[in-house]
Amino acid sequence: MEIILAIITGVLYASGVYMIMRRSMVKLILGIILLGNGVNLLIFLLGRITKGEPPIIDSAEKVLEGVYADPVPQALILTAIVISFGLQAFAIILVKRTYKVLKTDDLDQLNTTDEDS
Amino acid sequence: MTNDIIILPLVVHLFFSILLMFFWNKVNFQKIVSVVGNAVALGVAIWVFIFVYNNGTYIVESGNWSAPFGIVFVGDMLAVTLVLLTAIAGFAVSIFSTISVIKARLRFGYFSVFHFLLLGLNGAFLTGDIFNLYVWFEIIIISSFVLISIGGEKNQLEGAVKYFALNFFASMIFLTALGVLYGLVGTLNMADISLKIAEVENRTLVEISAVLFLVGFGIKSAIFPLYFWLPASYHTPPSAVSAIFAGLLTKVGVYALIRVFALIYGGDSFLTILLLTLAILTIFSGGVGAIIQNNIKKVFMYFIICHIGFMIGGLALYTEIAMAGVIFYLIHDIIIKTNLFLMSGLIYRIKTTTNMKKLGGLYANYPKLSLLMAIPLFSLIGIPPLSGYWPKISLFLASFNAEEYWLFGALVFGSLITLIVIAKLWSEVFWKDQPQLDFPKKFIYFNQLRFGQKFTFIFPVAFLTFVTLYIGFGAEHIQQLSQRIATELMNNELYINAVLKQ
Repeated sequence: MEIILAIITGVLYASGVYMIMRRSMVKLILGIILLGNGVNLLIFLLGRITKGEPPIIDSAEKVLEGVYADPVPQALILTAIVISFGLQAFAIILVKRTYKVLKTDDLDQLNTTDEDS
Repeated sequence: MTNDIIILPLVVHLFFSILLMFFWNKVNFQKIVSVVGNAVALGVAIWVFIFVYNNGTYIVESGNWSAPFGIVFVGDMLAVTLVLLTAIAGFAVSIFSTISVIKARLRFGYFSVFHFLLLGLNGAFLTGDIFNLYVWFEIIIISSFVLISIGGEKNQLEGAVKYFALNFFASMIFLTALGVLYGLVGTLNMADISLKIAEVENRTLVEISAVLFLVGFGIKSAIFPLYFWLPASYHTPPSAVSAIFAGLLTKVGVYALIRVFALIYGGDSFLTILLLTLAILTIFSGGVGAIIQNNIKKVFMYFIICHIGFMIGGLALYTEIAMAGVIFYLIHDIIIKTNLFLMSGLIYRIKTTTNMKKLGGLYANYPKLSLLMAIPLFSLIGIPPLSGYWPKISLFLASFNAEEYWLFGALVFGSLITLIVIAKLWSEVFWKDQPQLDFPKKFIYFNQLRFGQKFTFIFPVAFLTFVTLYIGFGAEHIQQLSQRIATELMNNELYINAVLKQ
């Protein structure tokens, strides 16, 4: 299981970075989404995967004993997912506005800021 | 009430940003509320600062969960000093925003987002939990995306796309580093990580996580190979927004570097070499960039990069003198960089341009104002006894003691090139005769404004100049403060014991 997740994480990172480096702004958004998912999977993986051991304390006991899945990474991922949703929504609107104003999807055309004014 | 005094700066900004949302269309009312809010925040920040100064590090446990398990807010000297500086810069910029940012922009919730930005900054400085730091970073960048793109002009949107892409990427790298670190130590509390990182056997992975942190924070703080987004985006929004970005957003990256490297990766030899090299290259590239620019906003932007190098260099030396120099420089830099961009906004209002070739004769037209502007410019160079001079003594001394002559050379080069560029700027903008220009007719010039409006323009600049003068002439106090912070940073046990209550 770990090996599959590790490969998937690697593929998501690689494809995300590749897409960010493309010239098209739509691909930039796709890259951002892929990279965000890759990061989430990485945190999930590094929190150690434990099968079928939910971290719930029995009503009879006071502390959790034995092997259990770490709940912290899941809380982290949940937070990270919500944040990246917000950012992706903003990115889509931003790119749409930029496309409307500049009439181009090519990041290389965005060079008026480098001129002196 | 004093139990939770540390989180009051956060509460104030949160309250005012929500309050401002209820007056979405009443722009004039928003201006008043925002200035009042920032004045309150300044008062609270001073109160918190004095409280911590007298009583030592103070922590707040959220939800009463004790330290390694719950999120803690740690008010140590470094954090509260930066909160105070944020409040000073925020107060000045909010006053400047009321007059310099046009109504069409203010109508889209400018002030509300501005308070959210300050909330995020204060949170980032005060938190003691590394994942919480990530969350505050996200609050900062989301607010800054809105501020940079509000108004939707052509070059603004271009700048926003670049700024967005690189900052998002930085956040993802930061999150990756965090994931790797969590996998190694199994905790998120920075004090707890600091204790547990020494026991980790796999040192390669520790170094990998350190380099990932360096890249993530490095993009945010604009160090050498990662700064290219900054000159492409910081000059596009209105000057008030540029000012708060220049003063605080890159510095929060430096703060995170200081915090993480002092607490978690202190004195790692590989990182020391890496940071040292990057610092030298940052100073060189920033300085050389500044000298070829013609737009004063761009000149100031390259100065940001150049002077980030000073701080990173001091951090790389990692001695007590160097850290004191870094902290002093940070204090000086936040105020001065904010002020420089406010000044560029003022110059734009007077002359309708910030291009040095078209500018000129400012000293002939406005002698008193020019003298006021001279103080921050000379402080930036570090002419004694102004504020830039004092931290450089510590930095020069520390680099000489550590026999890092390349860094010493870079620091001298950085100071010299600042002097040359400011001299060029002074002669071009203030002394040269005004070249013939076809001025746009619709523009409202500075001399057409009423007295109250002129005052609102000049007051923030004068206020920040006054703070700079205090830093320069009251250097003894600031030096003592910096040394105290440096001692706290170099002796991790103080921080760890305070947080974990051992």
